[in-house]
Amino acid sequence: MQTTASPEVLSQNVLEVRNLNFYYGSFHSLKNINLDIQENSITAFIGPSGCGKSTLLRTLNRMYDLYPGQRAEGQIMFNGKNILDAKQDLNLLRARIGMVFQKPTPFPMSIYDNIAFGVRLYEDLSRSEMDDRVEWALQKAAIWNEVKDKLGQSGLSLSGGQQQRLCIARGIAVKPAILLLDEPTSALDPISTGKVEELVTTLKSEYTVVIVTHNMQQAARVSDYTAYMYLGDLVEFGETEQVFFKPKHKETEDYITGRFG
Amino acid sequence: MPDKHLSSQFDNELNSVSSRLMEMGGLVESQIQQAVYALSLFVENVADGVIENEHKVNTMEIEIDRELSMIIAKRQPTANDLRLLMAISKATANLERAGDEAAKIARMVKSMMTHGGFRALPSSELRLATEMASDLLRKSLDAFARLDTATAVTILKEDDLIDKEFDGFVRKLITYMMEDPRTISSSLDLLFVAKALERIGDHAKNIAELIIYIVKGEDVRHTSIEHIESTIK
Repeated sequence: MQTTASPEVLSQNVLEVRNLNFYYGSFHSLKNINLDIQENSITAFIGPSGCGKSTLLRTLNRMYDLYPGQRAEGQIMFNGKNILDAKQDLNLLRARIGMVFQKPTPFPMSIYDNIAFGVRLYEDLSRSEMDDRVEWALQKAAIWNEVKDKLGQSGLSLSGGQQQRLCIARGIAVKPAILLLDEPTSALDPISTGKVEELVTTLKSEYTVVIVTHNMQQAARVSDYTAYMYLGDLVEFGETEQVFFKPKHKETEDYITGRFG
Repeated sequence: MPDKHLSSQFDNELNSVSSRLMEMGGLVESQIQQAVYALSLFVENVADGVIENEHKVNTMEIEIDRELSMIIAKRQPTANDLRLLMAISKATANLERAGDEAAKIARMVKSMMTHGGFRALPSSELRLATEMASDLLRKSLDAFARLDTATAVTILKEDDLIDKEFDGFVRKLITYMMEDPRTISSSLDLLFVAKALERIGDHAKNIAELIIYIVKGEDVRHTSIEHIESTIK
């Protein structure tokens, strides 16, 4: 299936997924996926549980490599290279394509170190440069004002919504090209959800964001492009406005209007 | 709507608001018929009845809009559900205005009866335009209920015929007024009646365009009939 991104848009594809198949052991979980992710845009993956949307997200920075028996075939082109290549440096890949998970996962260390930890792995910054970077990331994640007076406190002391924004700050501190968000607000209350959505929208001026969400209205609110998946197939991919107003496929329409069952 | 939602309550809400629209359509049709009856025989109390009932149409518009707002707030509809609700809201507004036109006809009947000289005028020649307008509105509501785009296109074409009838009738009235200036006041009243019928045809046409919007997701207002025909293919 071809992307329906309008040709007059002058953005570039930052990721190009070609003929991607994914297997959990013998289970064929993603079936010949073709999809382009545009730079500085927000792309949402939606679909019922088990449709493969999280699996697809996890292939984009090879998170699945952590588990034996899982394998991907095909191509995911990023900066002219296939990231599925066995020679791909995974740490470098994940610094360029960061990920935030469903449940907030702050490290059991101070708020400051939660941010600095990842940066230290890739960059050798002076103390003051590091201070600047930590503040910059926390500002970007719209949590600076809430934590600036307690940077030495444990990240675990924060509320769920704050922890999630801390994780997003940690993700952007290493200045990735792409941020992958796997149901980032499903464990949050509506106000924290609103803050994270607002944050995601502001991030796209500098980053490319790919978000998996169970909340269709969230996809409609924040994303530029939406992909609807079902049973491992990419059923429809297009501009969010088109997908939610006039989907091309009946399966998509049934899902987004709540007729699915 | 043929397919059911996971939430049967949502289905009930959509069905309820759709049938309210049809109920309102029925009321407006009857208002038009009564107004036309008052015109053909110059029966004052029938005209009074139409004017009195106008508020019922207005109340229904407000009630349907309130139901629509509640559904949107509760269900956050998308795709064809969203288009259906938007279309019902617009159809309701068109019906309310068609109801206003019926009341206007009734008021003109009363005005002509006070001006006198109306029996000399060709009011019976409006019968064809009347039947066409009221028939068109009924057809557009039937097609709306069945989401029938083919009928919608025929309605758009038929509205042009009403417009032609209107132009012909205006020319005829001018002749009457030139021949006998005493008929001018009543002729102007009759002109307003003809205009009201022409407007009812326009409202029917607007409702027909909404059917295409629901089914095809294309807004065909202000486009050519050729474009519309290619849209529904």
